[in-house]
Amino acid sequence: MSEMLQAGPRVERDGDRVVINMGPSHPSTHGVLRLVLEIDGEVVRSCTPEIGYLHRGFEKIAENKTWQQFVTWTDRMDYLAPLSNNVAYVMAVEKLLDLEVPPRCRCLRVICCELARISAHLLWLGTAALDLGAATVFFYTFQQRELLYDLYEQLTGARLTTSFVRIGGMARDIPDGWLENVGGFIDQVVPVIDEVEALLTRNRIWLDRTQNVGVLSKEDAIALGVSGPVLRASGVEWDVRKAQPYLDYDQYEFEIPYGTVGDVYDRYLVRIYEMRESAKIVRQAVDRIPDGPINADAPKIVLPPKQKVLTSMEDLIHHFIILTEGIQPPCGEVYHAIEGAKGELGFYIVSDGGPSAYRCRIRPAAFVNLAALEKMAIGQMIPDVVAIIGSLDPVMGEVDR
Amino acid sequence: MLSARDLAPGLQRGWDDGSAVARLREELPGVVLEEDDFRRERTVVVRSESLADVLTFLRDDPDCAFDYLTDVTAVHWPAREQPFDVVYMLYSFSRNARLRVRAALGPEPKVPTAVPLWPAADWLERECFDMFGIVFEGHPDLRRILMTPDYDAHPLRKDFPLKC
Repeated sequence: MSEMLQAGPRVERDGDRVVINMGPSHPSTHGVLRLVLEIDGEVVRSCTPEIGYLHRGFEKIAENKTWQQFVTWTDRMDYLAPLSNNVAYVMAVEKLLDLEVPPRCRCLRVICCELARISAHLLWLGTAALDLGAATVFFYTFQQRELLYDLYEQLTGARLTTSFVRIGGMARDIPDGWLENVGGFIDQVVPVIDEVEALLTRNRIWLDRTQNVGVLSKEDAIALGVSGPVLRASGVEWDVRKAQPYLDYDQYEFEIPYGTVGDVYDRYLVRIYEMRESAKIVRQAVDRIPDGPINADAPKIVLPPKQKVLTSMEDLIHHFIILTEGIQPPCGEVYHAIEGAKGELGFYIVSDGGPSAYRCRIRPAAFVNLAALEKMAIGQMIPDVVAIIGSLDPVMGEVDR
Repeated sequence: MLSARDLAPGLQRGWDDGSAVARLREELPGVVLEEDDFRRERTVVVRSESLADVLTFLRDDPDCAFDYLTDVTAVHWPAREQPFDVVYMLYSFSRNARLRVRAALGPEPKVPTAVPLWPAADWLERECFDMFGIVFEGHPDLRRILMTPDYDAHPLRKDFPLKC
């Protein structure tokens, strides 16, 4: 015990100000985020986030794996919404190839992305409420996530690391009965969201803890480059799905919820409404999903079905070349962004025509959003910092990559 | 470089149509070295010495109005005489248009910071410094961000080995 005390002061004093360390293993930091807080009494005077504890060098790995292999790494970025990460990366590669995927595939990707958003927001809701002492919500939302993981498992074979999306299509077609299960899940998740909202939205304690806490003005939000629910809560009605549609999002009916104050409460409400909008999109997609092939007709890019590899010479050759040499995209640079659960998730890819990316830059939404923490935390109390971190919804897998 | 047909269905559009680059050529003659619209994405390559002027102009000119900085990153080309490319990804809310600004830098890469223009550049430039060793002059707090403070290499340079 005495050795631990000598190992270095955890609290430093500087006049009236005290520097305290929060994290990296602190329950409210949602992963390995470390904050160095300078406090005056209980008021935060400066807040310096230290990140990088989960850095695994994904951008370097992307330069050393084939185009298709890198999909498995994208699972491990925002691990609360792996399917939408898969889609974001693969669409950037498809843009480089200028490859059209069939309508059935686009529709299935929309379902995947929106289920991923519901899953990520449910986790955020449970943990952010738990941070502020509302433990009941956690059990409601995690029960629903369990059902979502069952759906993932039926579709992809995996619950967390899905790696389901392929360049030019999907790993396989939809299993029998899955769409009905998705419809059934949506039918029962919406009442649960309503029930959770009834626990919080007009709850006196919740309002006291969240309203006018961590306010981010519209101008600051734009200047700091935040995106997703954080940007919308500050009053900017902007969503990549509406502004720059991909995957036929322009053909779905949905609204973009946005806030007016930009406090923790607005960010909470925006995400609650977003889950309902995602449920609307999933319902439309399930109703209209067209028949037809799931993969693009591009034999030099998409792996042929196994049966054909064993019976047809030409397919065997394509299979061999794709797996040994990889696909050969043109030289050039592209950027493709999707509206992930945390905000604008973009991939900037530079190709020199080789079998792997020359440079693969991931534009992480959570990283840029977390940079706004300092601005919001200064002048607030220590417990408010907990609420603000929760409302930013950082996922360190994406922040650190 | 432009493909004959428009982009495949389902892929994203929404890039500058060239008007911002035309404004740039008009107002700051001589700064634009190259222009490209591969896959309908507008890229402008500018002289690195005039990068600060270019970025300021693109943000403040009402016909350009790039009020949002999406990303700052770099690419390393060791064989080139100017081995680093610094890349800025801009977006304009009012015009719903993106623009990529690129500039080539020498072996000791230095570039003025964009933090006074867009505070969003703070962490993005720190990451770029950490990974590539590009010095953003005038940055308020240019420290490593993902690697440890005592780390002595820049991992995303091409001469950095995957295995040590």
